[in-house]
Amino acid sequence: MANAPDNKLTSSSSELDLDRPNLEDYLPSGSMQEPRGKLRLRDLLDISPTLTEAAGAIVDDSFTRCFKSNPPEPWNWNVYLFPLWCLGVVIRYGILFPTRVLVLTLGWIIFLSSFIPVHFLLKGNDKLRKKLERCLVELICSFFVASWTGVVKYHGPRPSRRPKQVFVANHTSMIDFIVLEQMTAFAVIMQKHPGWVGLLQSTILESVGCIWFNRTEAKDREIVARKLRDHVQGADNNPLLIFPEGTCVNNHYTVMFKKGAFELGCTVCPIAIKYNKIFVDAFWNSKKQSFTMHLLQLMTSWAVVCDVWYLEPQTLKPGETPIEFAERVRDIISLRAGLKKVPWDGYLKYSRPSPKHREQKQQIFADSVLRRLEEK
Amino acid sequence: MGSASSMLTQYDIEEVQEHCNKLFSQQEIVSLYQRFCQLDRNAKGFISADEFLSVPEFAMNPLSQRLLKMVDGLNFKDFVAFLSTFSAKASLQQKIELIFKVYDSDCNGKVTFNDIIEVLKDLTGSFMSDKQREQVLSHVLQEAGYTRESSFLLEDFVKVLGSSSIKMDVEIPVD
Repeated sequence: MANAPDNKLTSSSSELDLDRPNLEDYLPSGSMQEPRGKLRLRDLLDISPTLTEAAGAIVDDSFTRCFKSNPPEPWNWNVYLFPLWCLGVVIRYGILFPTRVLVLTLGWIIFLSSFIPVHFLLKGNDKLRKKLERCLVELICSFFVASWTGVVKYHGPRPSRRPKQVFVANHTSMIDFIVLEQMTAFAVIMQKHPGWVGLLQSTILESVGCIWFNRTEAKDREIVARKLRDHVQGADNNPLLIFPEGTCVNNHYTVMFKKGAFELGCTVCPIAIKYNKIFVDAFWNSKKQSFTMHLLQLMTSWAVVCDVWYLEPQTLKPGETPIEFAERVRDIISLRAGLKKVPWDGYLKYSRPSPKHREQKQQIFADSVLRRLEEK
Repeated sequence: MGSASSMLTQYDIEEVQEHCNKLFSQQEIVSLYQRFCQLDRNAKGFISADEFLSVPEFAMNPLSQRLLKMVDGLNFKDFVAFLSTFSAKASLQQKIELIFKVYDSDCNGKVTFNDIIEVLKDLTGSFMSDKQREQVLSHVLQEAGYTRESSFLLEDFVKVLGSSSIKMDVEIPVD
């Protein structure tokens, strides 16, 4: 298929990476049995399989399912439960929320009053400064997690600081980063956001060594790939955390992993994150809510309960391509967190599928017609 | 989106059911309404072409543009009526009518040699040359007793396709 070398950029920014495993392996192929026998007029005129596929996609498709947020089930449906629910609302908005805001404000005061002096006064003493900044970032993340009454259970050995390793995790919301960061000060690669989030990104996160990218910039990919490579080589840099899905998914499915993290020639340590939906739906649907609204929603819920599994580090097997490696790690993470895999690229949220998929279907049909023409 | 069914009254459901000749059950109509609201992002009351194309499985279908012409801008009632052709309860006649409509892009009730070539182009893309397509079509037409100049009416389609088993059913997922 595409034999473009890894660093080659696609010419239009709307075209997606062509190096993907065969989509046909995943999609329902009810009509995929090869038709046999001599070609007749009715075989050419019968477009029902194609039409059925199109109608099937209109009715339900695995891509849209990945981004469906669960509407909260109202349980206040009778005389007994309704007052309980009202009481719950009062407690959540009247007691929990103000307490949490207080906790968070306190956390910020402590953080800023320590971070600013450390950052400026210890300019000369880099090693100590970095160590303190790391601790402080972990601290403010813990305050954030406390502000949602986050109950996080970590399983598995904690990440260690070693060169030539990257961490990959499935992505549900930007809070994934905070949940992981409170345990270990990762350097992370993320999309640059506007507003107050962007401000935090450029000041505080800068200190742990984060890498920015811009989804809409085509040339960006090469620059980012280079930055990734430079980061993992550096012995002093914080361990790098990458979310290879490239976008937030609703924690029931995983979309295709981008191969960038898997071709750096280092060990990949998978992390699986699963949120317990009973307490709150932690999926951040960036098309529906701003991050601020998302945080407020979390702060007025009962709790954010999740499990984090640090899984066994994986390396590229001999003869395995980076894409196969990415798929293998996706298998491991999906299995651990109980997520279903879909064959779609997360970036299809923002752009149209590559013409390659349609061409594949066209080629199959054309070959079948020409072959059957030969048959007697 | 979960509150969608609360916006659809029993009266609405029955009206939609009548409109599609009872080919869908009431539960299926509620399911379709949830799907309709999911695709119609800003609750305009119809799904735009762009929103249809945001479903990757639909966008990569070779006949998506032709179907788009038929579903673009439909309100919910007509959306369900369109999809009712794909119900297992729909008649073979209705299904063949839809196939005929896909071919008859200028809606003049006749499908000509060129109309079929155009659809074949969508289905085969760059993997067959124009000459090859014309050759193949001429060959099978001749074998079936037609010529290049023949134009097909709906009855002819029914004659050609009616004998084979057309399987064009889509199941509506019901929670």
